[in-house]
Amino acid sequence: MAEGVEATPARFEMRGVRKRFGATQALGGVDLVVQPGEVHALLGQNGAGKSTLMKVLSGAERPDAGEMKLDGAPYAPADPQAARRAGVAMIYQELSLAPHLTVAENILLGVEPARRGLLDRTAMRDRAARALAELQHPGIRTSTVVGTLPIAAQQIVEIARAVAVGCRVLVLDEPTSSLAQSDAEALFALIARLRAQGHAIVYITHFIEEAQRLADRFTVLRDGQTVGAGGAGGAGGARGGGEMAAATVPTIVDLMVGRRVEQLYPRGARVRGEALLEVDALQGMGKPAHASFTLHRGEVLGIAGLVGAGRTELLRALAGLDPIVTGRVKLGTVTGPATPGARWAQGMALVSENRKGEGLALGLSVADNLTLSSLPAIVRPRERRPLTERWIKRLDVRCQGPDQPIGELSGGNQQKIAIARLLHHGVDVLLLDEPTRGIDVSAKAQIYELIDGLVTREAPPKAVLMVSSYLPELLGVCDRIAVMCRGRLGPARPAAEWTEASLLHESALGSDSEAA
Amino acid sequence: MSAHAEPTAPQASAPRAGLAGRLWASPVLRKNLGAATGLVAVFVLFTILLAATRGLSFADPDNLETILRQTTIVALAALGATIVIVSGGIDLSVGAVIALATVVIAGLLHAGAPPALAALGGLAAGVACGALNGLLITRLRVVPFIVTLGTMLLVRGVAKGLAHDQKIDAPQSWLNELLARLPTSRAWLLFPPGVWLLFLLAFAVGGLLVYTRLGRHIFAVGSNEQAARLCGIPVARVKLAVYLLGGFFAGAAGLMQFSRLTVGDPTGANGLELNVIAAVVIGGGSLSGGEGSVTGALIGALIMQTLQSGCSQMGWPNWVQEIVTGAIIVAAVALDRVRHRRAG
Repeated sequence: MAEGVEATPARFEMRGVRKRFGATQALGGVDLVVQPGEVHALLGQNGAGKSTLMKVLSGAERPDAGEMKLDGAPYAPADPQAARRAGVAMIYQELSLAPHLTVAENILLGVEPARRGLLDRTAMRDRAARALAELQHPGIRTSTVVGTLPIAAQQIVEIARAVAVGCRVLVLDEPTSSLAQSDAEALFALIARLRAQGHAIVYITHFIEEAQRLADRFTVLRDGQTVGAGGAGGAGGARGGGEMAAATVPTIVDLMVGRRVEQLYPRGARVRGEALLEVDALQGMGKPAHASFTLHRGEVLGIAGLVGAGRTELLRALAGLDPIVTGRVKLGTVTGPATPGARWAQGMALVSENRKGEGLALGLSVADNLTLSSLPAIVRPRERRPLTERWIKRLDVRCQGPDQPIGELSGGNQQKIAIARLLHHGVDVLLLDEPTRGIDVSAKAQIYELIDGLVTREAPPKAVLMVSSYLPELLGVCDRIAVMCRGRLGPARPAAEWTEASLLHESALGSDSEAA
Repeated sequence: MSAHAEPTAPQASAPRAGLAGRLWASPVLRKNLGAATGLVAVFVLFTILLAATRGLSFADPDNLETILRQTTIVALAALGATIVIVSGGIDLSVGAVIALATVVIAGLLHAGAPPALAALGGLAAGVACGALNGLLITRLRVVPFIVTLGTMLLVRGVAKGLAHDQKIDAPQSWLNELLARLPTSRAWLLFPPGVWLLFLLAFAVGGLLVYTRLGRHIFAVGSNEQAARLCGIPVARVKLAVYLLGGFFAGAAGLMQFSRLTVGDPTGANGLELNVIAAVVIGGGSLSGGEGSVTGALIGALIMQTLQSGCSQMGWPNWVQEIVTGAIIVAAVALDRVRHRRAG
């Protein structure tokens, strides 16, 4: 990567790539050059053209114009299989593993070793084990059925599959979006090893901090154009964070958004009102093991913690979706457990972290999704349309209208409708689970503004309980933060008293470790 | 609009465009355009074939009325199946429930019960089967396919047991006229009462699905059950209601089946559930739930009956009909997928 290596061709090179779908120019002349042993971050909002670019790279789409080279040789894959044979592998967000097959079967899917037509199971096991050992994850047993593995391990199996067939260019699409912090660390270590082995890695992400930490160079896409990139030549040296570190986070955000973002985390004058939700020694089935806190009107209480700590389970138990074993929940004047329907009636409801699977009915219209919880016995479309249009306008939702299937909207706009559903019903206590997961930077800013408005501009103000794994967001949005560790919720303290480091520390070790 | 203001104006294209525009804007028509086109195509095809080869008129009002009467049984059951399929479920027990309903009705008439009571008995048998399906699905949390596969055999067995494995003859009553060709004295009715009942119930189910909370909840459960639960919708109760309605409509179809056959036949309506499901699917219903419409299901039922009538009037053997029907089902659904992909 040092200067003066012009003689050796780049591992992968893309020049002036264009792609048009009907009327939309998805890619308008994109350049991307990745050297061997380089981690290259690809940044951009949803719709910036990242996915199209990667589809072109992995052979799922043919470019209209432009040239691509792999190790100096022309590269024009007909389909993803051809790309993989040539040595380019995509690791998508939605993993493409066969959940019912074993780890070994998945790693060697399509390239199974066989002798006279019979599967050579021993060779399969050995090759799979070798691939995993190479990634320094020999702990994953090759005979395990993939569907029973945690997501993080499945991801490693997917990477092992690419490495096992000799892929030299790995494209990782939002790989940490479904991982816990500790698993993400393990993945970063793995990426570092792959880099050391000379693999070229394209790393697509929304998390600028993550890219900054990992990547040697970066490219920012906006509206199908390359709008910014780390310069050529290596100032960074062997370790990551070379040129990336030089570019500051706000600069990159501005590049991605195309305008200056004044304030990512707006904060109105917050006045803490009466206690709306009092939770005392709550225990669910397995998780949460113990949670006590009080949520007041006009405040945002954040819950940090690792994935699997029991944060989602806490919200689900509060919303009546999971059973409560012991403990007391006092909501306004009502005490005791309830069904989801009763919780809505009492004024508390959940926005799920899983929009696709649980939060929304993607095939149904915007109007249907908005009003699902508060339908009168007889539905009058004529009243529902203007009502939905008012919400669309109020939350600045980008859609064709109330009748558009919500699955066609972007993640950020879907999320606005998911939150509007609670507001339309007149809910007082909003339980938000990972409210900005999978949505792009400018939509995130709008969600933060919306949350701030809920506790400052509504009359009377609402109360928000928010779970997030993205620490800057928790620190920026919340008034108080509590950390959940292994099912136990620590004490809530003002956000100003926390730092990312202290949140991480308590997430990993629990609140008892503080004395140390 | 100008047509109203100037009734004397010559028939220009403007008023027709207005009407066509309004029809086009109607979501019912737009959503069912594919199925409706299919129906028209099948109809025109047979009209031409029959006129050319046999000199028969397929579009004859008498023939149309016959097709409608023959469609009624499948169409009534398809109303229930639409509800079930929109909710993401399936009901394989429909044929057996229809047979049971005919047995119950014939049995009651045979024992001297008044016809109205016998008819109610048939409907009650259907509702009871629906309740059984619904309770098994919601309480045992077994998937509908398996539960109704079980109750299909179970209900068929009960029907055979009740009828001692033979057809039950019933005395003549007004029930037999529900689906019979109208006598000239009552020609003003246009259609026999059974067909009117179908229209009435179709409107009711259409309204239920679109204009009531229960209807939208059924769509939500079919589209994403988890999301429905999250929204505080009592999912189990909605499903129970769905299968109760499914059973009711199977019972109603049984009543019509009895009216047509005038006997209680425990082995009748065998495999009819597949025709019913096919009708819903041809009409745009999705077996993964969240999609389907009453208009579509009715058109689907009409397509299949038109095919059957056309084939038999052409004098084609049964196996040709079966091949054609099978091909139409696959083609209809494939076309629907293509349309979906374009829209998406």
